[in-house]
Parts: sequence; C-alpha cells; structure tokens
Amino acid sequence: MIDLHGYGPRLFEGALITIELAVLSLILAILLGLATASAKMSRHWWLHRLGTLYTTIIRGVPDLVLMMLLFFGGQIGINMFTDWLYYQFDVDIFINVNEFVAGVVTIGLIFGAYMGETFRGAFLAVDSGQIEAGRAYGMSHWLVFRRIRFPQMMRHALPGLSNNWMVLLKTTALVSVIGLSDMVRVASEASKATREPFTFMIIVAAIYLLIASVSEWGFARLQKRYDIGYGEAN
Amino acid sequence: MADTPIPLEVRNIKKRFGDTEVLKGLSLQAHKGDVITLIGASGSGKSTFLRCMNLLEQPDEGELIVHGEPIRFKETKHGREPADWKQVVGMRAKLSMVFQSFNLWAHMTLLENVIEAPVHVLGKSKQEATDHARELLARVGLAERADYYPAQLSGGQQQRGAIARALAMDPEVMLFDEPTSALDPELVGDVLKVMRDLAEEGRTMIVVTHEMAFARDVSTQVIYLHQGQVEEAGPPDQVLGNPRSERLKQFLAPKH
Repeated sequence: MIDLHGYGPRLFEGALITIELAVLSLILAILLGLATASAKMSRHWWLHRLGTLYTTIIRGVPDLVLMMLLFFGGQIGINMFTDWLYYQFDVDIFINVNEFVAGVVTIGLIFGAYMGETFRGAFLAVDSGQIEAGRAYGMSHWLVFRRIRFPQMMRHALPGLSNNWMVLLKTTALVSVIGLSDMVRVASEASKATREPFTFMIIVAAIYLLIASVSEWGFARLQKRYDIGYGEAN
Repeated sequence: MADTPIPLEVRNIKKRFGDTEVLKGLSLQAHKGDVITLIGASGSGKSTFLRCMNLLEQPDEGELIVHGEPIRFKETKHGREPADWKQVVGMRAKLSMVFQSFNLWAHMTLLENVIEAPVHVLGKSKQEATDHARELLARVGLAERADYYPAQLSGGQQQRGAIARALAMDPEVMLFDEPTSALDPELVGDVLKVMRDLAEEGRTMIVVTHEMAFARDVSTQVIYLHQGQVEEAGPPDQVLGNPRSERLKQFLAPKH
C-alpha cells in the first residue's frame, strides 16, 4: 500500500476544504451569473454597462492576480477603513480577511462573470412565444421566470454550466497561494517533507478526477431532467 | 343583475412602431356571447390590435375596459405603460389567448400545461384543476394525450390542447390569433370544429382569421381592417355577403 507518512487525515481534510470551497463558490457564481445576465439584458443602460464592466474586468485579468489583489488588497482596504473608524470615532476593531471567505468570494466573482455569459446566451435561446404565453395567462414577471424562463433556460445553460464547474473545481487549487490548506497545499507540504512528490500528487490528481467524474454523472442526470419534452420522441 | 358589465371594450386604440402608425384609432365592444372576427390582409394590423387587447403590445393611445374596469396607464420615458401591473395580470387572467404557433410550454406535459395557470395564477387546488383539465382535454378530443409533451403531438393536437388551456381559465373573453394559420390543411378542420362548438355554447370570442367560412358561419360581427383602420364592419351576411368597399370586394374575391 501507499505510505502516506501520517498525512492521510490532513489530506482528507484538505479534500473536504476543496469541495466546500468549490460548492460555495459555485453557488455564489450562479447567483452572480444570473444577476449579470439580467443586468446585461436590462433596458436600463447603466445596468447594462455595469454588467459589461464586470465581465470585462474579470475575464481580462488572470485568476491568480485577481485572487491576490482581492486577498491582500481586501485586507489593505479593510485596514484603511478600521483605521479611519479609530481616528474618527475612536472605535478600535481589527478585522482579519479570512482565507476561506476570500477564496469563495474571489472564485465566485471570477466564475460569476463566465456564468453571466452562459446564462445570457441560454436566456436568449428561450423562444419568446413561451414567455408571451405565460404573460398572456396572467403570470407575473417572477412567476414567468420561475415556471417558464428558468427551467427552459437551464436546458441551454447546462452544458456551459458544467464546463464552468469543471474549470472552477480546478481553480480552487489557486487558493493555496493565499494560505488556505486545501488538498493541493497539504500535498505540496507533504511532498517537501517526505521528498515523495509523486505519491501525494497522484493522490490529489485521483481525488480531483473522482470529484469531476461524480459531477459529470450529476450533470448528465440534470440535463436529462431539463431535456424533458424536447429532443427525440420517446 | 340587469346591468352586467361588458366583458371587453376597447376605445380608439392607436399604436405606432417607429414612424409607422399601425393602428389608427380602433374601437370594439365584445358583449357576452359575441363572436367577433377580425379579417384583413397581412399588415392590416389585425394581430397587433388583438395583442393590444391583453397588452402584449402597449397601445400608445386609447382605452381598455375589461369587465367594467378601465385599465390605468401612465406616461414614462419609454412611452405609455400600465400604471399598475397587478391590474394587468388580473385582467389577463380574464382574457385567455390562443396563439398562431400554439406556444404550449415545451417542458410540461399537456395536462401540466392546462393546469399551470389555474393553479399558479387563479390559486386553484391541483386536484380541482386536474379534474377540470381532464374534462377539457376530453372535450377537445385529447383525453388519451394528457401525459404527452407538446413535441410529441401534431400541430392540430397542440392547438386543441392550447384551446383547452385557454378554457381552463374560465375566461370572460377568448382571443384567437390566427389559430389555424400554422396548421397543415388537413388539421384545420378539427380545430375549427372545436371553435364552432365554443361559439355555439355562447363563449365570447375575438378571432383573427383567414378562414372566411368560419367568419361567415359563426361570427356575430365581422370587422375588416385595412392599414390600421376599420374599412367595413357589421354582421357577416352584410360584410361578407354584400361588401360595399372595393378593397373588401377584392380581398374576398377568389384568388387564382
């Protein structure tokens, strides 16, 4: 058997952090993506501009740079704010940017921009007659969204969504640079200490692959569910 | 009650698309049991007029009174809009529309399509809505197809399903937007038969159509539109049987 030199439990914890980080970032990214898609399809020009600005900045700057900007820059910003509070109001507090939260926010922000484009394309692919029928039957804007636009949009969005998820999952490896003990960081520490990098990296690779395979299966099931009523007659 | 409100009344509707005025002041009163057919060449504004009645298109001017209740409008920088969308939503629930391209919701079975608005808009219980839906589907000859998805049905079946969906709202007025125009000729008959039955049982209907036989046999009033204006209107035997306007005569003349 492979000898993990006692790093097994830490590696397992690291894997859990990776999964938690990925899932929470995904949720944030989906919410931001829906908001961005709505902003970009809005008839208010300033919302449209805001959405475009967001996707342009995020998609134009490398993920790693963004992560360090947000983590270190975020800390500097918060320090400036607490200093100001201290001098102005004599309030003395110190807020430390938590690595996990910073990781979720950064990855969520990055992938929100990509999701925004995925969702926008998917919303535009919904036949306008379907939405019109909802409105003609007295459905409110929200009801049309929930019952018709969203489920029909998901069918078009899922391939892009699953693709984004796979990339997001692997992007979580970047959080090791801001000091979060995800499984990549644990493995890299263990490799250095034991001088057996191959042992640990092959395990990390296998875990990523396992998560990816399970998600692929999950997405296939979701796609089947949202494809109902379309495609080949059954 | 001696004085029941008129189901639908529209007054002096005007609509522009850019610089083109497509509706130049159209009015109509649909009393209970009326079957009003709107005819005219394509581009005459008949579909736009119908879509203004449930505000799928926003008229630039004019009044809309549904069951005695005038719809309130306000001016915005995007043009005139309803002042109260809740009122519009309530109004639309009283007028159900049948579309040229059916527009059954593709991700729902036929039965789910029919109960969707009664459950989520009218607040009926699922059981009650389902029982009613099965009756309606049986009426339009689709009892066996309740669990099929729209993509698994023929155009004629889809349109009859769409009529069942409209009936499930128990509407004051039914609006039909060229309901047979997208159908293969051999499927038109079934849909028209369902519509004739509805007319006979006293449903109030406004129908945009090219089916002159239907207009002649079923309607209580025929309105011929030309370039956004009423060119001729009246009972079918007068308008279709003895047209006065030259344009209408040409429009009705058999095409070779």
